[in-house]
Amino acid sequence: MARALINVPAKAKRGDIIEIKALMSHPMETGYRTGPDGALVPRDIINRFICTYNGEEIFSADLFPAIAANPFFSFTTIAMESGRIAFRWIDDRGQAHLETAEIAVE
Amino acid sequence: MSRKPRPVGTSRREILAAGAGALALIVARPARATPESMADAIKAFVGEAEVREGRVTLELPALVENGNSVPLTVKVDSPMTAQDHVKRIAVFNERNPQPNVALFYLNPRAGRALVSTRIRLGDSQNIVAIAQLSDGTFWSDKAELIVTLPACVES
Amino acid sequence: MNRVLKGFAQAAWFGGALSLSIPLAFAESPLSERKSGFEFMSPESQATQQDDFSNPGMLWVAEGEALWNAKAGATGRSCAGCHGDAAVSMKGVAARYPVFFAGSGRPIDLQSRINVCRKTNQDATPFPLESRELLALSAFLGKQSRGMPITTGEDKRLEPFRARGQELYEQRQGQLNFSCANCHDGNWGRKLASSVIPQSHPTGYPLYRLEWQSMGSLQRRLRNCMVGVRAEPYPYGSQEYVDLELFLMTRARGMPLETPAVRP
Repeated sequence: MARALINVPAKAKRGDIIEIKALMSHPMETGYRTGPDGALVPRDIINRFICTYNGEEIFSADLFPAIAANPFFSFTTIAMESGRIAFRWIDDRGQAHLETAEIAVE
Repeated sequence: MSRKPRPVGTSRREILAAGAGALALIVARPARATPESMADAIKAFVGEAEVREGRVTLELPALVENGNSVPLTVKVDSPMTAQDHVKRIAVFNERNPQPNVALFYLNPRAGRALVSTRIRLGDSQNIVAIAQLSDGTFWSDKAELIVTLPACVES
Repeated sequence: MNRVLKGFAQAAWFGGALSLSIPLAFAESPLSERKSGFEFMSPESQATQQDDFSNPGMLWVAEGEALWNAKAGATGRSCAGCHGDAAVSMKGVAARYPVFFAGSGRPIDLQSRINVCRKTNQDATPFPLESRELLALSAFLGKQSRGMPITTGEDKRLEPFRARGQELYEQRQGQLNFSCANCHDGNWGRKLASSVIPQSHPTGYPLYRLEWQSMGSLQRRLRNCMVGVRAEPYPYGSQEYVDLELFLMTRARGMPLETPAVRP
């Protein structure tokens, strides 16, 4: 069961630079580890993370096995207008997990 | 504790396995990153462009308690305007199995060029962050890290 | 000699020199002299624990909250269906575990108590020990007592089990022939290889250990120490672990609960 925790301020003043944090539950299996039977455990990572603000991309990342398990990101954006900030994590199987947060800008 | 260089290819896990009396677990592993493969990965990112030191600040803890999760922050001195901003920030390492760590895409909507994450480091090594600016120039910072072992782990 | 083997060789040496330093009887040390493992961590790891949007343990707390509200078992009842708002009904509960359980005439830890409730009140299959679900529910319950002082051990019926836990804590074991007390009472604050030895107060379980890249119980952590001294760990769910937890939690009385803690 995938879980994500995101932190977006509920309110901001127009033009403020706000900090956004995103934490996602995922083992980020590197593909370099051996299991109890001595065989390599297949790679299974989130390889792409995208954040949009009212549909427009504000931050994204290509990820490699060197990103820690339960990947965490923080970054900034300018509070432009009220609306929705959306987060998408995409794994090696192409499955995506989506989370959204509302922001009120005055 | 003073630290002597270890030959590439001997991971901490293998040493722990050996310590637990499981010598048979030392098997052939995929090739590991080297300073040369990091140089190749950097070349793939910057092409023929010159990479200058400066404008980028790479923050990592002085001493890493556990290489499984190492907080990393990259800041770039940039006004982040439409005319002058950071487009991409790449992070590379020298001694993990792969030289690439992450590639971040930014634009003027960020307001600031400031990104944090947590990374894995299989060993003490150099980490390099390179920022590509909107004018096509590349800037970098480097950090050397000591990765220590936690006590009492699973065998 | 490689780093790890060198570390153990040093450990074996100081262990030999320490044979007279085993405490003779249980006496609660003054609260001001007790230190949580939190205090021995790097500022970076401390900051990770203290920020709920950075602490990975909060992912398990979130999952535990969903499980708390989910209907389960043949009765179709959720935890919340009987217990209501956990912030009210479970406040302070985790801070007093393990408790005496009349059903078995022995102490019981929080994870097993959750499973008793699943079986008897929800008619659901108990979660396997150390499963993601059981850690998540335990973390969610622990979080309801975060910041509250540990109160374990007030029930007099617990005394023989606490004493048994103390015996286990002070008993030498394994190929390195160390007791828990050798390191955690006699040498806390000193280093084992590159790590600082803490006082072993279990104030934040279940916790997110960077080494595990996951959440884990005190039982898992005790197993790591047993492997460290080259002893055969007890199986998960053994009464020995519950007695040890009872001793350690009683010894930590008054310290604030930190669940979900972060440790290296």
